[in-house]
Amino acid sequence: MGVSIQVQNLNAWFGKKQALFDITMTAQANHCTALIGPSGCGKSTFVRCINRMHETIPDAKAAGSVKIGDVDAYNGTSATQLRRRVGMVFQKPNPFPTMSVYDNVAAGLKLNGFSSNHKQMDEIVERSLKNSALWDEVKDDLKKKSGASLSGGQQQRLCIARALAVEPEVVLMDEPCSALDPISTGKIEDLIFQLKQNYTILIVTHNMQQAARVAEYTGFFLLGKLIEFDKTTKIFTTPSDKRTEDYITGRFG
Amino acid sequence: MADPAPNMSGINIDMSNARPQLAPSLERRPSPLAQSRDARWPDQLFRYVMWACAMSVLIILALIVYELVLNSRLSWNAFGFKFFSGQDWDPVQDHYGALPFIYGTLVSSLLALVIAVPLAVGTAVFLTEMCPTWLRGPLSFFTELLAAIPSVIYGLWAIFILVPILRNYVQPWLAKWMGWTTLFEGPPFGIGMLAAGVILAIMILPVISSITREVMRVVPSHQREGVLALGATRWEMIRVGVLRNARTGIVGGIILGLGRALGETMAVTMVIGNRPEIAKSLFAPGYSMASVIANEFSEATGDLYLSALVEIGLALFFVTIIVNALARLLVWSVTKGQPARGNV
Amino acid sequence: MSSALTPNQAIPIKSAEMPNVGLRRMITDHVMTGLSVFAMLLVLAPLVAIFGYLVYKGIGSISWDFLTQTPKPVGEIGGGMANAIEGSAVILGLASLLGVPVGIGAGVYLAEYGRGGYLGSVVRFVSDVLNGVPSIVIGIVAYSLVVLKQKHFSALAGGVALAIMMIPTITRTTEEMLLLVPTQIREAAYGLGVSQWRTTLSITLRTALPGVITGVMLAFARVAGETAPLLFTAFGNQFWNFNLNQPTAALPLQIFAYAISPFDEWHKQAWAGALVLIVMIVVAVSAVRLAVSRGNLGGAH
Repeated sequence: MGVSIQVQNLNAWFGKKQALFDITMTAQANHCTALIGPSGCGKSTFVRCINRMHETIPDAKAAGSVKIGDVDAYNGTSATQLRRRVGMVFQKPNPFPTMSVYDNVAAGLKLNGFSSNHKQMDEIVERSLKNSALWDEVKDDLKKKSGASLSGGQQQRLCIARALAVEPEVVLMDEPCSALDPISTGKIEDLIFQLKQNYTILIVTHNMQQAARVAEYTGFFLLGKLIEFDKTTKIFTTPSDKRTEDYITGRFG
Repeated sequence: MADPAPNMSGINIDMSNARPQLAPSLERRPSPLAQSRDARWPDQLFRYVMWACAMSVLIILALIVYELVLNSRLSWNAFGFKFFSGQDWDPVQDHYGALPFIYGTLVSSLLALVIAVPLAVGTAVFLTEMCPTWLRGPLSFFTELLAAIPSVIYGLWAIFILVPILRNYVQPWLAKWMGWTTLFEGPPFGIGMLAAGVILAIMILPVISSITREVMRVVPSHQREGVLALGATRWEMIRVGVLRNARTGIVGGIILGLGRALGETMAVTMVIGNRPEIAKSLFAPGYSMASVIANEFSEATGDLYLSALVEIGLALFFVTIIVNALARLLVWSVTKGQPARGNV
Repeated sequence: MSSALTPNQAIPIKSAEMPNVGLRRMITDHVMTGLSVFAMLLVLAPLVAIFGYLVYKGIGSISWDFLTQTPKPVGEIGGGMANAIEGSAVILGLASLLGVPVGIGAGVYLAEYGRGGYLGSVVRFVSDVLNGVPSIVIGIVAYSLVVLKQKHFSALAGGVALAIMMIPTITRTTEEMLLLVPTQIREAAYGLGVSQWRTTLSITLRTALPGVITGVMLAFARVAGETAPLLFTAFGNQFWNFNLNQPTAALPLQIFAYAISPFDEWHKQAWAGALVLIVMIVVAVSAVRLAVSRGNLGGAH
């Protein structure tokens, strides 16, 4: 079962420039929450603060409280431990270029010191590929096909499989479909729809239709602030804030 | 269920579950990594080891300076600044003056530049602006191959092929037609300053040429187009549109070539004649700083002798460092920090 | 609308098409073109000559004996440079053992940990400075570090000298290659909770490996032909030597000694040795060029 993400008073900086201002929100367990907003509004930064990827940038800082389930992400665990519980799928598919499909999926486990016999690993890889709807397309030459030789949509599903293999409780997706064609996008959205039964999903998207299709809750970001956060139906039909209304009706962004 | 018809955004919100079941119903399993321990020390150890490797680069430089200064102490205390102005190199009397070597190094290097620069720039111009594309690859490969030939092989070729040519053809010709400059007097041994200059020129050519090509390449095409549009011939376009813009970088390349020539040892040692005397004629044998170290170091008897040689090494070190630093500054200012592959 | 003019597309302008271009300018243009071509030919000539003579003079003296025997005493015909080839291999092996790990480590530091910092810039600058130090000076330093302490010449001293020369080159090329690996690849690993050291080794370095190896081979080829730093470190040896603490023969040293000797027989052997040396180096450099041009940068597209 997934766990909830509770964020309180999160602030983030790039050097001296503040990128996030006092964000407070909760992403419910086993639901999909979407974050929308114009380019540069801080949604990606926010998501990267959840799994502490923000700190990997030199001179970047974050302050505030982030809790994944019961665990305090910043003070209660190390960054690497945290990231093993929080999976991430990036905007541009990034399979490891020197590894086969099989090794890519197994990478999260192998590189983290998880040792197992072949059969166990085979089983984990097969499960993960099935759960990301890629199994049928690659099952014939798992170990020979290089991760980088797949199509864009397949690569992204490979990245999802790779993220799922370590059995995270939360999956963060940073504009996962923006580099993909509509058919692949559709497949991944269907996938998200099913994944949320067992995982908590937080998805950043600049495509409002996508948010409407997959997420129960939506948050609207603007210039580093969370303007409005509510059920998706409410945000897109009767938003409370005028800025939200302007954005969804296409007046800017 | 389907969304009520009019809404603000016009976006259809369909949260129905009528979707293809792509993934078999999945239950999450407990994470296989739940038991993994997470120690800080491997990261810290790794970072420390890498840091130590980086520090060793600095330590190497410090060691070089330290050892050179330490071992030249004796000579410095004995002769002071007169070391660099004295002309007398006398191991028997234990009296050392390094001026002949400084002279030899400077003259051979300058001669090399005089010969190499026009050729290198000419080759670079040819390769960048005039050469048919299919020929460019192989030709530039060959030019770079020149850079890969070891110094001792240049020396070998110089002794047996270049020197006889100089002795039998070039030097008599020079003496006949250019003797009035008093630079080409004396018996044509073949071996001597001229030979050293020529072989050095061949050796530094690839460096100057490759950097010149690099900085010419970086000149934006609108500079070329602009000049052509004014009705210039190709040569004028090259001169005004490209070379003038690449000037700083080319000078940098030339200085880098100078740096190479100053430190070049084996080929020079094999043809310069190894006589510690200052002579005006380019036909005369000479001696360079690197050559005297190469020839006499392993047989130097006596601490003062060795120390004098080390002091020459120290001087060579400082001169080449300054020259190279200056060269790099000039080249970087043009290519904006991309390290030009003038090393290989 | 003209497309961007690549450097090679400059078309020689015929005076018939541009009647305003004076004769003098046209002549200058043609003369300069001719001079550039002449320069190119003049540069190619020694290259062809050197390789040509190497093959011509060297090939006759390369025999099985040459590759397997040690030098004979002065005046006697025959003998070979086998011990010099072996000695070079030993010294280069030692130099690589010392220089390659340190160089790669320094390169890793510069690329992964030293990006914005002060230390990184200093190390980068010093690396470039070290690349310009004359090899004879490095020989002096190795002499005082090793030979003076041990009170005798040795292969170890030679190895140290060559290692010092390899390190700056390998450092810079390793850094360059690691920086070519896109950040997304590293982030993918971090996102999975992989620690930084593991990511750097198993992902970043592994992706950049072909390029890094290229850099190592380039440094290797460069020091393989070096003579000056070995003159008073390894010093040379007439016989076989496998002891790191003894003076050792090396191919470039032997070539030098034979070339400046007065004996014709030795001159012939010098050419043969030079041919062997240059073949080894050209093979290494060409292999590198081939690997780089095939885009073999570890698939970091």
